[in-house]
Amino acid sequence: MLRDITLGQYYQTDSILHRLDARVKIIGTFWFIISIFLINRVSGYLVAAAFLALVIKLSHVPFRYMIKGLKSIMILLMITFAFNIFLTPGEILVQFGPLHVSREGLVLALKMAVRLILLIIGSSLMTLTTTPNNLTDGLEKIFNPLKVLHVPVHEVAMMMSIALRFIPILIDETDKIMKAQMARGADFESGSLMKRAVSLGALLEPLFISAFQRANDLAMAMEARCYRGGEGRTKMKPLIYQKKDYLAFLVIYGYLVVCVLIGRVLPLPF
Amino acid sequence: MSLILDHVTYEYGSDTELAVKALDNIELVIDDNEFLGLIGHTGSGKSTLVQHLNGLLKPTSGHIYFNGRDIHENDFDRRALRGEVGLVFQYPEHQLFELTVFKDVCFGPKNMGMKPEQCEVAAYEALEAVGLDEELYDQSPLDLSGGQKRRVAIAGVLAMHPKVLVLDEPTAGLDPKGRDEILDLVKELKKNLGMTIVLVSHSMDDVAEYADKIVVMDRGKIIYHDTPKNVFAHAKELEAMGLGVPQVTSVMKSLADAGIDVPQDITTVDEAADVLAALCK
Repeated sequence: MLRDITLGQYYQTDSILHRLDARVKIIGTFWFIISIFLINRVSGYLVAAAFLALVIKLSHVPFRYMIKGLKSIMILLMITFAFNIFLTPGEILVQFGPLHVSREGLVLALKMAVRLILLIIGSSLMTLTTTPNNLTDGLEKIFNPLKVLHVPVHEVAMMMSIALRFIPILIDETDKIMKAQMARGADFESGSLMKRAVSLGALLEPLFISAFQRANDLAMAMEARCYRGGEGRTKMKPLIYQKKDYLAFLVIYGYLVVCVLIGRVLPLPF
Repeated sequence: MSLILDHVTYEYGSDTELAVKALDNIELVIDDNEFLGLIGHTGSGKSTLVQHLNGLLKPTSGHIYFNGRDIHENDFDRRALRGEVGLVFQYPEHQLFELTVFKDVCFGPKNMGMKPEQCEVAAYEALEAVGLDEELYDQSPLDLSGGQKRRVAIAGVLAMHPKVLVLDEPTAGLDPKGRDEILDLVKELKKNLGMTIVLVSHSMDDVAEYADKIVVMDRGKIIYHDTPKNVFAHAKELEAMGLGVPQVTSVMKSLADAGIDVPQDITTVDEAADVLAALCK
């Protein structure tokens, strides 16, 4: 059940996308997100969706697997949709009591929903194809210039990589404790609110205890290996741009130009 | 009162490239008042199998029957089943959460819908059965030692009055004394309360000493299902699976190889002691 959450998880397989430098994927994702908010026409969304479809195809990650991860944020999507559709003033199409659906609201709601879906799939594609280690290496390198301003880039990257590393561990742990409590008759899915709250305590308390325990162990292990932050630290596999990375940058910027031209600038009918 | 697994197959991650068959066409009948030892290498599917016994996992294909009823029928009460088939997980001390030991043991019976007084009686009896000092009942479970925590966790399952008790590696991480105490406790439970016991372990010595029948699993399949003596006659095959035989059995074999006339089907220390005593006369 909890294993179904694919958001932020890495999917192990081999593809051109997996082999790209992490920096390319981070910067690419950044520009993709920007592009989604720049466009404001159906044609633009079509271009973005087509680009995303192509990248998904290249990633060798099964589409079904990605969609499974989307389910968990369905609720968020619905709430945004509901707010937009009911609370936008404009030319009224349907009226239910105090609520009304306006033409502008409908358009806005659909637009936001499409944007959110593209955004989530786009960014989860980055985490699906990049190991947490590579991801933080990439981020560290990208933000390296900020060190001049005394921003603790390495430390922040390290914290991020640890946080990411702990996600699957904590999910596993939650699954385990949940099952152990279910074996003792706990019910997490039905029953009154009060009863479920009690069951949730039976899950969260052991989870917190074990999380702190793990954090403590990890700190000890780092200490034992003389970890002292980023100063003077070298990498075993430093990130170096290859030919395919430059090519990927070309594709991304090409997409950006095309997308903005079609979705915003050019005088198209839709 | 029996548990029947009929062609049970279970796959992890069935829609990814990494689909793994954790259980492959398992057929198993667990009879009343049986002490079944379940052994296998890490990753052989033992833990997956036991999670099917109380309906925590649903087989990808196949059926599980408890007292003649399919436990995944829509109107089957799986919560009540979890009271009947008590499952103690690996490292069960990780599930303790209440403020006191006593309250924690009450959690199970409370979920089973017992009245508060009944819960307390059940908790008291269970804690007594696992032999925990009465002065510890009001302590926080987090302040206990590893062995004590494990007893509390086992009591937490016992308090639901299960008919079948399934223990997944109950001796993992315990010292030899703690291990003997837990295994003796399990044996007592079977004798005194007439429970059916399923004991999962990767230690041959644990199961040889206590089990009536042994199931050997390898890569999701049942390889042997027989009495300890018959199973441990397959020493070579077991070693090929990375399992081996109990230490006394291999000692007896070494003695026989050295030309001393001893029987080869010894699986427990007591039997070996008798044979050697007779030999010394």
